[in-house]
Amino acid sequence: MKELLSGNAAIARGAFEAGITVAAGYPGTPSTEILENFAKYPDIYAQWSPNEKVALEVGAGASIAGARVLVTMKHVGVNVAADPLFTLSYTGVNGGLILISADDPGMHSSQNEQDNRFYALMNKIPCLEPSDSQEAKDMVAQGLEISEQFDTPVMLRLTTRVSHSQSFVEIEEPGPKNIRPYTKDPLKYVMVPAYGRLRRIFLEERTAQLKAYSENCPLNFIEWGDRNVGVITSGISYHYIKEALPNASVLKLGFTHPLPENLIKEFAAGVERLVVVEELEPFLELQIKALGLTVHGKDLLPSYGELSASIIARSLAPLGGIAVAEEYLAQPEVIAASETPLPGRPPVMCAGCPHRGVFYTLQKNKLVVSGDIGCYTLGSMSPLNAMDTCICMGASIGAALGMEKANPDMARRTVAVIGDSTFLHSGVTGLIDVVYNGGTSTVLILDNRTTAMTGHQENPATGSTLMGKPAPEVDLEALVRAIGVKRVRTVDPLNLKELDQAVKEETAAMEPSVIVVRRPCALLKKAITSEPAEVNKEICINCGICLKLGCPAISRQEDKAPPHVTAIQCNGCGLCLQVCPKGALVKRGEENA
Amino acid sequence: MRKSLNILLVGVGGQGTILATRVLAKAAQEAGYDIKVSEIKGMAQRGGSVVTQVRLGEKVYSPLIAEGSADVILAFEKMEALRWLPYLKQDGHIIINDQAIAPVPVLTGAAVYPEDCLERVKQLACHTMVVDALNIAVDCGNPKAANVVLMGMLAKRLPITKETWLKALKARVPERFIDVNLKAFEQGFNL
Repeated sequence: MKELLSGNAAIARGAFEAGITVAAGYPGTPSTEILENFAKYPDIYAQWSPNEKVALEVGAGASIAGARVLVTMKHVGVNVAADPLFTLSYTGVNGGLILISADDPGMHSSQNEQDNRFYALMNKIPCLEPSDSQEAKDMVAQGLEISEQFDTPVMLRLTTRVSHSQSFVEIEEPGPKNIRPYTKDPLKYVMVPAYGRLRRIFLEERTAQLKAYSENCPLNFIEWGDRNVGVITSGISYHYIKEALPNASVLKLGFTHPLPENLIKEFAAGVERLVVVEELEPFLELQIKALGLTVHGKDLLPSYGELSASIIARSLAPLGGIAVAEEYLAQPEVIAASETPLPGRPPVMCAGCPHRGVFYTLQKNKLVVSGDIGCYTLGSMSPLNAMDTCICMGASIGAALGMEKANPDMARRTVAVIGDSTFLHSGVTGLIDVVYNGGTSTVLILDNRTTAMTGHQENPATGSTLMGKPAPEVDLEALVRAIGVKRVRTVDPLNLKELDQAVKEETAAMEPSVIVVRRPCALLKKAITSEPAEVNKEICINCGICLKLGCPAISRQEDKAPPHVTAIQCNGCGLCLQVCPKGALVKRGEENA
Repeated sequence: MRKSLNILLVGVGGQGTILATRVLAKAAQEAGYDIKVSEIKGMAQRGGSVVTQVRLGEKVYSPLIAEGSADVILAFEKMEALRWLPYLKQDGHIIINDQAIAPVPVLTGAAVYPEDCLERVKQLACHTMVVDALNIAVDCGNPKAANVVLMGMLAKRLPITKETWLKALKARVPERFIDVNLKAFEQGFNL
């Protein structure tokens, strides 16, 4: 039976069919739906971990104990998990282990654009790159076989376009779920220097074996066509090549580390000229050049952003001697939409979002805001403009401490903002640093009771697990007190007066402080809604202060007209009622009260 | 060999483009097409633009539609219609829901909503259809069925039988909403 599945859903299906019984990860676009889908299958275990490092460690343990394992994360998550990954390469596995790295060329939803195939090179582990959903599913089973045969974790590298595109997948019956027996083996699993040195030699032997395997691996294949130009490619680029250069000879690499050197040389010998087409870094190109072959690649193609059939056609056409599909080559006679640019449609905090009042308050108090990763990063956007830095998960707190150490004047006017899930991911250690090293930072933990940005995943503070089981909730206030923070208070972000007072007092205090700002995400079922607001046009002086909240429910219907509240969007959070200097904003039905 | 088709669905988060895509894909699958769908989500829930690319054919490789190569654009919001117009083929069809959803730069007064966007599309594209899908859906009993009104209009213009569409609709819409959605589809189909 064929089903139209996204790459992520196909990975989950592949994991189920191939007998994976333990899966762990941390949410991150474009990887999140893999575990969400996998968790729905019977007779398996899946969990969200507090961060990617822990997820991979859980995976390592499950593999050593004998299960087949899936660990999922986005590209930057692999940075967090890099520590266990580098040594897991040494220990190898018992049950097969697949590490999903979902990279994001074009930065659709990421703070950077990194090519994680280099992690496979540096870790000396195999890397598989699917180009569509069927390959994504098949490579899970294939990857597990490789993992167990060669005693290595295997990286399955996705990109946004593979994760989030849908294509047909053949659905098959699940195979057996065998747990391999566990045997104690300190020489393999206890990486002290003496044993590590032994495994270090094993890495070289394993790499040689993997190289030999990749020569005959069915994931690497040649499609002979026009011999004038040969294209070496991997991942989604393969499909762009099939459209842009339909007659070209293609060496399609699905197993991209270690590379099949003889197969590449054979292909090179069969064509006049070689071109490497790959998204992001010249990962294949550098290694192919190291074989002494002359290739084109990043001299013609961009090394950032996504590729497309059009980009490839236009970039390679100047080479000459290559049949390029007309439809992609010609600049199409594009209908010019607009001489003046249209207003953008950036993502925005929802109406009733509990973060809005926080950033309104921080901006009003002219504070330096050390930011973090989540929906609340939208606080950096106009009209709130209330964020100064955003670097990586958990960076807000350490960065605030660094600012204060560099410039003591900043201590009284700097705050860190971090979400509940992000704080538990990697903010806790930053706060320990603040307390330990005599910082006086104020940290706002924006606890909206969920991991919102990636689509409402559970986390250790929400009271529920990925599989829907009740779980103990981390007591954030008790946790930060235990770290040594003495000034801890909890406020409701919809109470602007209380929030403003808390921020003023805590930034003035000469010691570390934490404000837990707690209110469920407006999109959660448990969010409290109330009667929508409306503008009493007789009282409104059209000052526009309510518009500074950046609420999508408040707008001018016409230029210079007084603000209007769209009732269907408003969830009655009441912030605009609090900022209006004239009391012109009221709850619907209460204007005569 | 059947002609391949490129269909672009554009709108704003929350307008039901995802369900519409699922119905379209199901109908195309029933009709025996190879299909690629590309959906970039992530920011959609927060009022950002939503773009779904659907490609049908005997064999489809790339999931992406190039500029100037969409056979049909289904625009759930009228400024988005203008924004994505460069993707339309010279002789392509654009179906536009006559609804304006102001983005934040407009709400805050930093930018002005192009009130003339429908006129501009009509001037530039040869086949433009404008429909008040929201009102039709309200008449059918649920404003949320506006997406299915638009699907009905799309269905009329694709080489897939009506029976196949109805089958796909029944397969993809939750049972308790099926009556409203069948009505909405019929209204769109007959426009």
